[in-house]
Amino acid sequence: MAKQRSIEILVGAFMAAALVALFFLAMKVSNLGTSPAADGYRVTARFANAGSLKVRAPVNMAGVRVGRVEDIRFDKKTYEAVVTMRIENGVDTIPDDTFANIFTAGLLGEQYVGLEPGGSENFVRDGDELTQTQSALILEQMIGQFLFSKAEEGGK
Amino acid sequence: MAFKTLRRGVRAMVNAMLDPVAELGRAGLKALAGLGRAHLLLLHLLAGSAEVVWRPRLLLAQVFNVGVLSVLIVAVSGLFVGMVLALQGFYVLSQFGAEESLGVMVAASLVRELGPVVTALLVAGRAGSALTAEIGLMKATEQLAGLEMMAVDPVRRILTPRFYGGLISMPLLVALFSAVGVLGGYFVGVGLLGVDDGAFWSQMQSKVDFREDVVNGVIKGLVFGVVVTWIALFQGYDSTPTSAGVSRATTRAVVHAALAVLALDFVLTALMFGN
Repeated sequence: MAKQRSIEILVGAFMAAALVALFFLAMKVSNLGTSPAADGYRVTARFANAGSLKVRAPVNMAGVRVGRVEDIRFDKKTYEAVVTMRIENGVDTIPDDTFANIFTAGLLGEQYVGLEPGGSENFVRDGDELTQTQSALILEQMIGQFLFSKAEEGGK
Repeated sequence: MAFKTLRRGVRAMVNAMLDPVAELGRAGLKALAGLGRAHLLLLHLLAGSAEVVWRPRLLLAQVFNVGVLSVLIVAVSGLFVGMVLALQGFYVLSQFGAEESLGVMVAASLVRELGPVVTALLVAGRAGSALTAEIGLMKATEQLAGLEMMAVDPVRRILTPRFYGGLISMPLLVALFSAVGVLGGYFVGVGLLGVDDGAFWSQMQSKVDFREDVVNGVIKGLVFGVVVTWIALFQGYDSTPTSAGVSRATTRAVVHAALAVLALDFVLTALMFGN
């Protein structure tokens, strides 16, 4: 009987340890502890070129993450990329003339959406669209333009 | 007369030529029959699931055998795998000036691939071989036949609790392995190599997704648990009841389980992370 009890205790300890490990993986290793659950409101923005922006990329304001990219799809009528962002509920004072940019974190980093607040008194609400956008900078295009302008200078 | 001997000779020659083909066919049929028996055993095991609910003590003892007794080897292996990952990852990442991503590399590779696969291989070696030997010896010493004589179904009474024991233990061991591995990587990366503490964790958290990575890893562990225990139990139950037969069955159990886990991991990875 005592042996049975010690087996029970050890199995219980094993299961508790495994659950602690799972909790550690959930909270400390993965994003469950930091990401807001699926609450927040949706804002869309249209970009002429979304670059290599990915779903779940951060949406930053003044360098602080205020949301995540939820969906990126192609609008076949306007040939634009429609990016849906989920903004945290606490951040409810984004002016409706806010400027949405696609930036790159560092030279090789991933792309994210940067919001620059405008001066409007009206705030965006769920389902609104940010109309002022700037596309992702494509490195190859910039190099191409640079070379082109250099060549023009050289020709003069 | 001469015609008859010629015909006999030709027939013997054709027969001799067909021998290898027959050999191949026999081997194929044998393999197929084994696969069929394995699946019948699986159905039998699942049919006896109620036994586990009625006799939780049998299950408890098997969770102890497979799970608790594997904790030490799983935790120590996890620690060292995490430490080596950090050491090796630092060497590559530092060439790109991306040491801060060390946490992501260690955590993602552990949680997605190394945790489930290495744990399954360890469990196949530590617990699977023991299961096969135990069942094989029970068969060789006619204990299973004895149970049957007493109108007790040996599959339900002996094999089903072991099956569920493995099935429950594996995902838990996988979580343990990954968690200890991440800590090992942390000790080496932050403690020895001087990666920034905050960057290590924050990069990890921003790149590792709970549903996508952690949960999928644990699901992999569950699948591997089913496969490893099933193969081990089948090899024991199907072994030739002699000492040589049991030893062969034990070897086969470990080899087959390892191959099945590695092949299945590719399929699962393609399904889960392949988009």
